[in-house]
Amino acid sequence: MSEQTNLLTRQQIAARAAQDMQDGWLVNLGIGMPTMIPAFIPSNRDVMFHSENGLIGMGPPPAEGEADQDLISAGKELVTMVSGGAYVHHTDSFAIARGGRLDCAVLGAFQVAVNGDLCNWRLPNQTSGSVGGAMDIAAGSKRVFVMMTHTARDGAAKIVAARTYPLTAMKVVTKIFTDMAVISVTPDGFVLNEVAPGLTADVVQAATDAPLNMDAVGTIDVAA
Amino acid sequence: MKNKKSETLEDAVGRIKDGATLLIGGFGQPGVPEILIDGVCDLGRRDLTIVTNNAGTGHSGIARLFEEGCVSKLVCSFPWAKESFVFKELYNAGKIELEIVPQGTLAERMRSAGAGLGGFLTPTGVGTDLADGKPSMNVDGKDYVLEKPLRGDFALIKAYQADPRGNLIYRKTGRNFNPIMAMASDFTIAEVQKDVAIDELDPEVIVTPGVFVDTYYVTGWYEIGKERSI
Repeated sequence: MSEQTNLLTRQQIAARAAQDMQDGWLVNLGIGMPTMIPAFIPSNRDVMFHSENGLIGMGPPPAEGEADQDLISAGKELVTMVSGGAYVHHTDSFAIARGGRLDCAVLGAFQVAVNGDLCNWRLPNQTSGSVGGAMDIAAGSKRVFVMMTHTARDGAAKIVAARTYPLTAMKVVTKIFTDMAVISVTPDGFVLNEVAPGLTADVVQAATDAPLNMDAVGTIDVAA
Repeated sequence: MKNKKSETLEDAVGRIKDGATLLIGGFGQPGVPEILIDGVCDLGRRDLTIVTNNAGTGHSGIARLFEEGCVSKLVCSFPWAKESFVFKELYNAGKIELEIVPQGTLAERMRSAGAGLGGFLTPTGVGTDLADGKPSMNVDGKDYVLEKPLRGDFALIKAYQADPRGNLIYRKTGRNFNPIMAMASDFTIAEVQKDVAIDELDPEVIVTPGVFVDTYYVTGWYEIGKERSI
């Protein structure tokens, strides 16, 4: 197995995912690690963030003394709004999600299957979970990217041939950013695009429970 | 012209009876009508069904309703947050029923009720546990789940300003479910920070027209999420 030191930090994963956010996109970010992405968007790109609680144009956390108790993110953190933003109510917010107006959603996951199935709302041993907007956003976004640790805390693979966890949305994930690699989900299976510096493709394959196409593997640029 | 303003909190919420279904606005703490909820708690109502996005925060607002034993069922999208510890304890003790609904579906089910529709077909949840037992349909090659309308006996909502006819505007992310819930109940009660004279709200920016609002109660500004006794 890899040494811990060769795994990317959460910031480095966010920085790498940020490179794939294209100019002009409207993007929804899931709770947790994905919310670190905005700080790493290249300054020459105009990327807007949608927060499903009714905020188009979510900005960074407020400066000291400028917090507004009525302005929060879907993760219930105090935030700001960027210039040109808008407030909407919940049916409009989810019309944006289901109606195909989100260019991308970056979500966390427990499992991603080779057919693009996403599992992120409930653990198999739980009788209940907090679905929030995950099912609507995953079902409706033009693209669904996943950002997560490559394996679970116990070392179990999270990138798998077939899901065993409760489903969030079928056949939606097209790209995965982890602390080990960048992987595309294609009709022909998983394609290993990039590995973290110091890791080999074989190490990533060993931590993945499905075959990876390794025909053209680059190295993640952590300086970006 | 009838003025929809309630002069007292009891006038605003007094007609809510035991066993009622309440749609309660808010996402996190913004937009939660905490003062109206305090009024319901003070009435000591029981066996309420609550439809709202979260399962309460700390001990105030919706969490107070749970803590005081007013609620027998919760319909929501996001029950398991660390701040919803009051709900979790009651749920684990078997004292409260829970129905989980995806957030966009929750909003659209209420909109559907408010708009006089018999439900809608959504791609959300296809193939998942949350679609179990629901009819599905393929339309032009795409699979959908049939979701039914969700109506309340009462909606308790929070807005920023109201005029005498009950026209409302909201504040930032405090808008959230409030305008939808206003449409979807038999009797809609709004708490507002401030009331203004007729014609003072620009008709071009009114979010909820007064036709969806039965009464409103003016609270003034208050810090959200604080425990308070009325």
